[in-house]
Amino acid sequence: MVDITAAKPFYSVLVLAFFCSLMVAGAAVGLRPLQEENKALDRKKNILLAANLYDQSQSIQKLFEGIEARVVELETGNFVSTDTISPDEYDQLKAAMSKDMGEALSSEEDIAGIGRQEKYSLVYLVKKNDKIEQIVLPVRGKGLWSTLYGYVAIEEDLTTVNGISFYEHGETPGLGGEITNPRWQAGWKDKKIYNEEKQEVLQVGGKMDQKNEMHHVDGLSGATLTTNGVDDLISFWFGENGFKPFLTRLKENGGKIDG
Amino acid sequence: MAETKTEIVVRSIFRRNPIALLVLGICSALAVTGQMSTAFVMCVCVTLVTGFSNLTISIVRFQIPNSVRIGIQITVIATLVIMVDQFLKAFYYDLSKQLSIFVGLIITNCIVMGRAEGFAMSNPPIPSFLDGIGNGLGYSFILMAVAFVRELFGSGSIFGYEVLQLTTNGGWYERNGMLVLPASAFFLIALIIWVLRTLDPEQQEKD
Repeated sequence: MVDITAAKPFYSVLVLAFFCSLMVAGAAVGLRPLQEENKALDRKKNILLAANLYDQSQSIQKLFEGIEARVVELETGNFVSTDTISPDEYDQLKAAMSKDMGEALSSEEDIAGIGRQEKYSLVYLVKKNDKIEQIVLPVRGKGLWSTLYGYVAIEEDLTTVNGISFYEHGETPGLGGEITNPRWQAGWKDKKIYNEEKQEVLQVGGKMDQKNEMHHVDGLSGATLTTNGVDDLISFWFGENGFKPFLTRLKENGGKIDG
Repeated sequence: MAETKTEIVVRSIFRRNPIALLVLGICSALAVTGQMSTAFVMCVCVTLVTGFSNLTISIVRFQIPNSVRIGIQITVIATLVIMVDQFLKAFYYDLSKQLSIFVGLIITNCIVMGRAEGFAMSNPPIPSFLDGIGNGLGYSFILMAVAFVRELFGSGSIFGYEVLQLTTNGGWYERNGMLVLPASAFFLIALIIWVLRTLDPEQQEKD
């Protein structure tokens, strides 16, 4: 073994740590473009999954052709013209963190636990012959350990859920991680988000009685806190601070798009 | 070295299997053996990490002060694991999502560190590398055997292809619910250890 002087352990560890950090940093930076590409593709796949359009035998790019991405001003519910903000380049998570494009939420408003919210959001319109069939909305909110990122697809009546998917989360595999389980996600189909009075009433987890069956989605056993997180994020994103102004406006205009 | 290179690799698969004889690395053997494809990726990752961590440690073994050797081993292993994770994310995104935290947990896989400490610290680079690969293969052998039984009888498929048609899909096979649960791997590993020690009585522990 090595003859030990007092300083030896220190500099051998320092040298090693330096080399190791070089390797890790090199791999992380060098592979980032590829990873970003994969992530973007994965998000598209999850949009398709939420809309129940995903088909393994076809390429994601091709399936995505019928889907139009638009940017919406959340407060007013108006579409933003593609010249002002290009939907292809707009990164709403980044925008939420920026000074001009995002704003901090007060603790009463922030039921989903996201801290800051962007002023503009992407929405995905699934169209057939120029008519909107479905709208896929990006949602996120705090679960137990992490922020859950996902998509909710609603049908043209703007209240019936067609599907939900999550593309990123750090919940415990097998418990909270089951939010990505297709069997659980299938339970969301045909549930109604709003009631007759246009209030957000969809409840995730907890007791169900005969009356609210269409407004209730089963929770995940063993993952109550994650389930609560999902419940909160639906309440937030389909409430006044979320997409409700947009959906209300869309309904008033009879599902027509302008602006 | 009394053993030839092939022996170093092969002995770790049956005679000195890290899981069966040394009973190391059980934790991940439970977690990722539900499906053969995820188990396979895990095996490849662990084999690569064990091989290269042994190689690296062995090359610098004369420079490692005794007092900080465990820390240095962990640093080397952690670096390799992060790199494997980054590569998976770049090239096999779906798989890396399925394995989620388990790739990161290779760091805590006792086999990797056990071999670095037990073999690489006192042997030259080439045999150390082969020992690492051999142990990785030994781990893979058990993992694949367990995953084969669990996926075949638990989900009726092999590598995701349906072999036994499940009753839930209108077939005849009633799946074994216990094998879907991670704890069932304990029983299977115990059975494998029993078989290996019966075939090769030398592995039996004397009281």
